Amino acid sequence: MYAVFKRELFALLNSLMAYITIGVFLLAAGLLLWVFPDTSVLDYGYAELNGFFSLIPFLFIFLIPAMTMRSFAEERREGTYVLLAIRPITEWQIILAKYFACLALVLFALMPTLIYYFSVYHLGLPAGNIDTGAVIGSYIGLLLLGSSFTSVGIFVSSLSKNQVIAFAVAAFICFISYTGIDALGKILSLQSFEGLLNSMSVNAHYQSLGRGVLDTRDVLYFLTFDVLFLSLTHFVIGGRKW
Amino acid sequence: MSIEVESLSKHYGSQIAVNAISFKAVPGRVMGFLGPNGAGKSTTMKMLTGYLQPSSGKVHVGGFDVLTQGLEVKRIMGYLPENTPLYSDMYVKEFLNFAGQTYQLMHLSRSVAEVIDRVGLGPEQHKKIGQLSKGYRQRVGLAQAIIHDPRVLILDEPTSGLDPNQLAGIRKLIKELGQDKTVILSTHIMQEAEAVCDDVVIINQGNIAANSSLADLKKDQDSEVLEDIFRKLTA
Repeated sequence: MYAVFKRELFALLNSLMAYITIGVFLLAAGLLLWVFPDTSVLDYGYAELNGFFSLIPFLFIFLIPAMTMRSFAEERREGTYVLLAIRPITEWQIILAKYFACLALVLFALMPTLIYYFSVYHLGLPAGNIDTGAVIGSYIGLLLLGSSFTSVGIFVSSLSKNQVIAFAVAAFICFISYTGIDALGKILSLQSFEGLLNSMSVNAHYQSLGRGVLDTRDVLYFLTFDVLFLSLTHFVIGGRKW
Repeated sequence: MSIEVESLSKHYGSQIAVNAISFKAVPGRVMGFLGPNGAGKSTTMKMLTGYLQPSSGKVHVGGFDVLTQGLEVKRIMGYLPENTPLYSDMYVKEFLNFAGQTYQLMHLSRSVAEVIDRVGLGPEQHKKIGQLSKGYRQRVGLAQAIIHDPRVLILDEPTSGLDPNQLAGIRKLIKELGQDKTVILSTHIMQEAEAVCDDVVIINQGNIAANSSLADLKKDQDSEVLEDIFRKLTA
C-alpha cells in the first residue's frame, strides 16, 4: 500500500496542477484574511481567526475536488488501473492509498496558513491575545472537513472517466453537504426536522469543533462520513471490472 | 504451477463473449492463444488474471482459485495487458521500482537492474515512459510483468508494434521464460505462434476450435502451415 501511496503523492506533486491549485488556494486565503475589507482581520479589529475559518471550507469546496478528480478518473481513461489491479494488493489498499495521498496534499496546502496564526498572535494587543484553543480546534475541524471532502472527491472520481465531470460533481456534493442540509432545515415546511437536519450537516459539526471543544460526536461524524464515501468507492470499484 | 480453466464463460447481456471453454497450461511449455479479432482472447486472459469476473466457470492457477484466492494468485502471476497501459508520467526505473515494491521484493534495486538488462531497456532506462517508442514501451510492460520472477506469465499480444529486430529479441526472451514458467500468450500472427509456442489453443467466437500441441495439431489437420489450419478452423 505504501508503494501506491508514494506513487500517487509523487504523481500529484509532479503535476503542475497541484502547485497551481495550492497556490491559488493560499492566494485566495491570504487576500480574504488581509486585504479584502469585508473579511480582513485588520479592518475587523479583533485578534481572532473565526472569519478566516468560516471561509476556508468554501475554498476547500473547490480545492479538494481539483486534487481528487484525477485519482480514479485518469486511471480509468488511460486504462492503467489494471496495473494496480494485478498486484497483490487489495482494493481497499488502493483506495486508501489514493485517499491518503490526496489528504497529504490537503495538509500541505493548510500548513502555510499557520503563518497567519502567528501573525495574528503577534498583532494582538497585548501580543498573544488570541484564543489558541479555538484555533487548534478549528484546524482539527478543517482537517476532518478536508478528509470528508477528499472521500467525496475520491468517490466521484471513481464514477467517471471525465476529470471535469468528477470535479464539478464532487464540488457540488461538497457544497450541498456543507451548506445545503443546513439550508434545508430553514425551509418553513421542514422546520420540524431542523434539529435532525442540523445534526446531519457538515457545517454544524465543523462549527462545533471551531469552538475549541473536541467533542467525540463531531469527530465520529466526520469519520463516519469518510467511511461512508470510501465504502461507496469500494462498492463502485468492486463492481466495475473495467 | 499450471493454469487450469474449467468451462469458463463470459456474457455481456445476451452476447456471449466466451462460451464455456476449458484448457490447461503446464510449466515449461509456452501456450499460444490464437484467434481472430474479437474471438474472446483478451476477455479470457483478463479472467485468468482475476481482473474480469467470469459469468461462470473456474480458473485455478497453481492450485489457487482466482476468484477466492486472488492475492495468492497475483503474487505468482505476471500479466502484460493488451495495449500496454503504463504511467507515462513516470520514469522507467521509477515505474519498475514501484512495480517491484508492490510485490515487496527483498533486493529491489538488483531486481530492477536485472529486469532492465533482461528485456534490453538499458539505453532507455533514464527516460520518462511517455518519451519511449512503442517497442520500448512494450519492453517496459514486459519488465513489470516479470520483475517478481512469477511462476505464471500471461502476455496479451506481447509483440504488437515491434520491428523485426525487436521481434526476434522478445520472442527469444519469451522462449527463455517458457523454460521454467507457465506462459500463455495471445497473438494473431501465425509465424509467431509457430516460432515460440509448444501448445496451441485456437478460439473462435468464444468457442474452442483446437486445443493440442503444435505438432499434433499439424498432424491432425494434415497440414504443415499453421496459417492454413487457422483459416480452416476460424473461417
